[in-house]
Amino acid sequence: MDDNVIVTHDLTKVYKMGLVEVHALCGVSLEIKRGEVVAIMGASGSGKSTLMNTLGCLDQPTSGEYILDGEIVADLDDDQLADIRNRKVGFVFQSFNLLPRSTALSNVELPLRYSGITSGRKEKARLALESVGLSDRIDHRPAELSGGQQQRVAIARALVNDPAIIMADEPTGNLDSKVGQEIMDLLLNLNKESGTTLIIITHDRKIAAQAQRIIRLHDGRIRKEVAA
Amino acid sequence: MNIWRAVIEALESLNGNKMRSGLTMLGIVIGVGAVIAMLALGAGAQDTILGSLSGIGTNLLFVFSGGEDESIRNPEPLTMGDVDALDDSFFAPSIQAVAPVLQGNAEVSHGGEVSTVTLTGITPAYFPVRNYTVIEGEEITEEHILGRASVILLGVEVADTLFGRRFGLIGETVRVEGQPFRVIGILEERGGGMMGSQDNEVLVPFSTAQARILRRSPADRVDVIFVQAVDADSVLEAEEEISQIISQRHRNAIGENDFTIFSQQDMVDTASSITGILTTFIGGIAAISLLVGGIGIMNIMLVSVTERTREIGLRKALGARKRDILIQFLTESSLLSLVGGIIGIFLGWAIGAIVGLISANSGTDFDPIVSLGAVLLATIFSTVIGLFFGIYPANRAANLVPVEALRYE
Ligand SMILES: Nc1ncnc2c1ncn2[C@@H]1O[C@H](COP(=O)(O)OP(=O)(O)OP(=O)(O)O)[C@@H](O)[C@H]1O
Ligand SMILES: [Mg+2]
Repeated sequence: MDDNVIVTHDLTKVYKMGLVEVHALCGVSLEIKRGEVVAIMGASGSGKSTLMNTLGCLDQPTSGEYILDGEIVADLDDDQLADIRNRKVGFVFQSFNLLPRSTALSNVELPLRYSGITSGRKEKARLALESVGLSDRIDHRPAELSGGQQQRVAIARALVNDPAIIMADEPTGNLDSKVGQEIMDLLLNLNKESGTTLIIITHDRKIAAQAQRIIRLHDGRIRKEVAA
Repeated sequence: MNIWRAVIEALESLNGNKMRSGLTMLGIVIGVGAVIAMLALGAGAQDTILGSLSGIGTNLLFVFSGGEDESIRNPEPLTMGDVDALDDSFFAPSIQAVAPVLQGNAEVSHGGEVSTVTLTGITPAYFPVRNYTVIEGEEITEEHILGRASVILLGVEVADTLFGRRFGLIGETVRVEGQPFRVIGILEERGGGMMGSQDNEVLVPFSTAQARILRRSPADRVDVIFVQAVDADSVLEAEEEISQIISQRHRNAIGENDFTIFSQQDMVDTASSITGILTTFIGGIAAISLLVGGIGIMNIMLVSVTERTREIGLRKALGARKRDILIQFLTESSLLSLVGGIIGIFLGWAIGAIVGLISANSGTDFDPIVSLGAVLLATIFSTVIGLFFGIYPANRAANLVPVEALRYE
C-alpha cells in the first residue's frame, strides 16, 4: 500500500461570482502520509477551508489532480463520493454540526446508517462515545451538553466508521483553551492508538505546534511547509 | 437504509415540529374529509331517491296529457274513456290494472287547524297499483265512487297536523275547501318522496273530487293515469299497448302523440343521472381542496428543505447519497398526507354521519354511505399527492452541493 494517503497536484479552485472570479486555491500540490498529523494555518480567506473541503470530497476542484487513498477522485460520481466521505473521511467542524433533535447516540450512529451496516450500529456508536469519555451522556441532546462535550460527540461521530483520515476545521475555535486542549489531546490520542491521519485547520499556534508538520497557506498557495 | 428505518426517521422529524406537521396535514385532512363526505352524501342521496321511487309501486307506468316537446299543440286531455279503453284485457293483455287520478292542492281543516295538502281523487284500483294501505279504517270502494260520497282518507302527516294523533279518527269530520267530509281511514306512513312528503296527502273518491272540489272540464277528464303492467318483463309491451290504444282514440298522426308515457325506470334513470352529476360536481370541488392541500404540502416541504439545508449538507458530508435524501423527504411528505388522509376519512365519515342524524331528525330517511372504494380512492389519492408534491422539494434537497449546504446560514 502507498505511503501517502493524500496526494494532490496543482489543485485550483475558482469561484465565479458574476464577472468576478475568486481564486480560492491557486495550484496546491501536497502529500500527506498515512498516520501523519498535519496542521493547516493561514490568514482568514487564505483558502484553508476550501482546501479541506476539496480534500474531504465535499467539493470538486476546478482543476488539478487529487488521489485519496489510491483513488482518483475526479473519476468518481456523486454516489461514490458519498461513499468515500462515509468510509474514508471523518469530519469535525468548528460549529459541531450535530442534529439538534437527536440524542448523542443517534448523532454518532448517523454515518453507520448511510454505510449500509444493519446490525450492531447502536453498540458501535456506544463504543465510540465511550472512547471520547461520554458513556454517561448517550441519551442527551446537543442542547443538554456543553460545547466541549458536543465537540466530543462530533469526534465520536467522525471516528465511528474507522476512517483513514479525520479532517477538523478549527475544531477548537469555539472552545476556551483548556477545553480546546482536551479536544486536541483526544484527536492526538486517536492518531496514536489507531494511526488515523489528522488534518487540522487552526489559527492557534499552540494547537498547530502539536502537529508533526504545518502547512501555511497564503492567498490560495502553499507558502512554506515547516516541521513543527 | 431500509423503508422501515426511513419511516421511523421521518416520524421523528415530523414529530420534532408538531405544529408545522399538523398545519400541513390539515390541508389534506380537510380535502380528503370533504371528498369522503361528498361521496358518502351523494351515494346516500341516490339510495334514498331510488328507494322512494321503488316505493311508488311496482311495474308502474304514468300517462300524462301533452306531448314530449312543444311541437304538439292543443293536446286532447285524457279522459275516463281512455281509462276504460286501457282497462281491457283483450286489447291490452299486458296491463294488470289502471288507476286514473285527479290531483290538486286543497285546504283541509278541523277545529282551528288548517293545512294545505295534496288532494287526490282516486278509484279503488289506486290502492293495489300504488301500493297504498290503511292502518285503520277502510279503503275507498265502488259504492263511494257511484254515490259521490263525501268520505276521505288522511295521510299520517295530515292526521298529525289536524288532530295531533293517528288513531281513533274514524268517523271524525274534516272540511275540505269548506265542505264536510267523513274520515273513513288513515293511510300507512310512506316517507319522503321526490316531490315532498307523500304523507301530506288526502284521498277522496274520484267522482267526488271531480264534482265538488277540483271541477275539471270536460267532466270526464283525468289528470294522470297510473298503469300497472302484469309483471316486470311486460312493462315495455304495456307501454306499447297504451301508446297504440290512446293514439288511436286521440287520432294522433304517427310520431305526434299528444300524451306522454313515463315509466318508473325512466324516473329511476333520470334520478340516478341527476344525483350522479351532483356527486361528481361536488366531489370535483372537494378534489380541488385536496389539490390545494397538496400544494400546501409542497410549500411546507420547500420551507423545510430551506430550513434544514445545513442538516442536509451534514448528512451528505457523513455519506448520505442523493437517494437517501430523496427517500427521506419523500417519506416525510407521503407520511404527512397518508396520515392526513386517514384522519380525513374519519372526518368525512363523521360529517356524513352527522348529516344523516340531522336529516333523520327532520323526518327524511337518509343514510350516507362511505364505500370501501371511496376510502381506497382517498387513501391512494392523498398518498400520491404527498409523493407528487414532495418530489420537487425532495429533489431540490437531494441535489444540494454538500459544501454549500453546510455553509448555509
Ligand atoms: N462559495 C463561495 N463563493 C465565492 N467565494 C468563496 C466561496 N467560498 C469561499 N470563497 C472565497 O474563497 C476564499 C477562501 O475562502 P476559505 O473559506 O477557504 O478561507 P479560510 O482560509 O477558510 O478563511 P477562515 O480562516 O476565515 O475560515 C475567500 O476569499 C472566500 O471569499
Ligand atoms: Mg475557514
